[in-house]
Amino acid sequence: MATTATAQQTKWWSGGKSPFNMEYGKLMMWYFLMSDAFTFGAFLISYGTIRFSQNFWPDPNVVFNAVPGLGHNDLPLVFVSIMTFILIISSVTMVLAVHAGHKGDKQGVIKWLAWTIVGGIAFLSCQAWEWHHLITGVHPTLIDGKIEFIGQTTTHNPWGQLVDGAALTEALNNSSQHTLATLVHEHHANMSHADLMGKSKEELIGMLNIAEMHIREKGPVAFGGYFYGITGFHGFHVFSGVIINIVMLIMAQKNVFQQRGHYLMIEKAGLYWHFVDLVWVFVFLCFYLI
Amino acid sequence: MEHQAISSEITFEHHTDDATFRKKVVRTTILLTVITIIELILGVGIYLIHKGPDPNAMLVLFFKGLVCILTLAKAYYIVSVFMHLGDEIRNMIMTIVVPLLLFIWFIIAFIVDGNSYKNLRNTYDKHFQETTTPKPHHGAEKAPVAEPQPGKQ
Repeated sequence: MATTATAQQTKWWSGGKSPFNMEYGKLMMWYFLMSDAFTFGAFLISYGTIRFSQNFWPDPNVVFNAVPGLGHNDLPLVFVSIMTFILIISSVTMVLAVHAGHKGDKQGVIKWLAWTIVGGIAFLSCQAWEWHHLITGVHPTLIDGKIEFIGQTTTHNPWGQLVDGAALTEALNNSSQHTLATLVHEHHANMSHADLMGKSKEELIGMLNIAEMHIREKGPVAFGGYFYGITGFHGFHVFSGVIINIVMLIMAQKNVFQQRGHYLMIEKAGLYWHFVDLVWVFVFLCFYLI
Repeated sequence: MEHQAISSEITFEHHTDDATFRKKVVRTTILLTVITIIELILGVGIYLIHKGPDPNAMLVLFFKGLVCILTLAKAYYIVSVFMHLGDEIRNMIMTIVVPLLLFIWFIIAFIVDGNSYKNLRNTYDKHFQETTTPKPHHGAEKAPVAEPQPGKQ
């Protein structure tokens, strides 16, 4: 700290040492992270710009309400909070790895780095599940006057505004036999899809409880592009962080740092990993909370 | 230089004994967890308000603002404690923090720009306004509303 420095009468700028009391690599890691913060910031801000330019934007609690293994229950925020805690905990284990490195404790570094890697992989797995669920999970959506099933992709968004009774009845009359059979099948799982295909459209519509149906219009297309783009870019950072940590783990195992006399490399990897956690805090805010 | 214990560029090290360090890490972890839980409670609050019969837009906005502030607090703790930026030399901190002040302009300018684009479109593109403006929440379901056929947008 500056106060300590003056107390020691250190002349930081007289040459021969780092005026920032920091090795070159670590300083450059900081500047890289700062520039990366601007990259992520620009992405998130452009998302904000588009969102503010729209009259309607999908409610995140409607979009992200699934948890693996819990079927169609409406559970907003649950899965993403698990992901957030995984990343916070892996950040804590990284702090412990860096601290072990300061003490030259090889076994400690290996242990905590391994836990950090486990956390990173767990987070990536969660994200893979979430993407898979959003892309492959199709929802009945009002498109050009009839109901069609679409998933959340970069070109389709099933999370528009709710369609009301009169318009819904009309849309159902315009929809194909197959769509209606699928809709009925969702609520009457005991009847096979093939059986339902044999019924007339009027019969199928009669089996639907129109007042209880939550069918939406198409939502803003930009939603998917921003969501997959930004969480994907963040996921890529997590992925490269895991690779960096694995490399650090192998180097620690092979006594590379012990021979070097210090574990400063772990500190730099740690900075990168904390940054990944930091970015997630903002991604979590922008996509899931507000 | 090579037989020096730590890099020659580092004049002095931050010595933190194990007990202080542990306390600091535990405290920060609890703090981050508690803030996240409060954020989640506010998130659920927003969800319930939206779901309710008469959503109060101001209250939602207030909750969202609160969540933003809590996120900044989280970011502060991650950077200053986990990344140890708080322990560095002041000049070093400034080279990181001062450029980040650009974000103040960045966020305001671009959000205002998006908002202005929306207002212009609502004024001059009535089709956009009619097809995208949310209808009054619930209650209005009984009244037969002529659904505008969504054409190509």
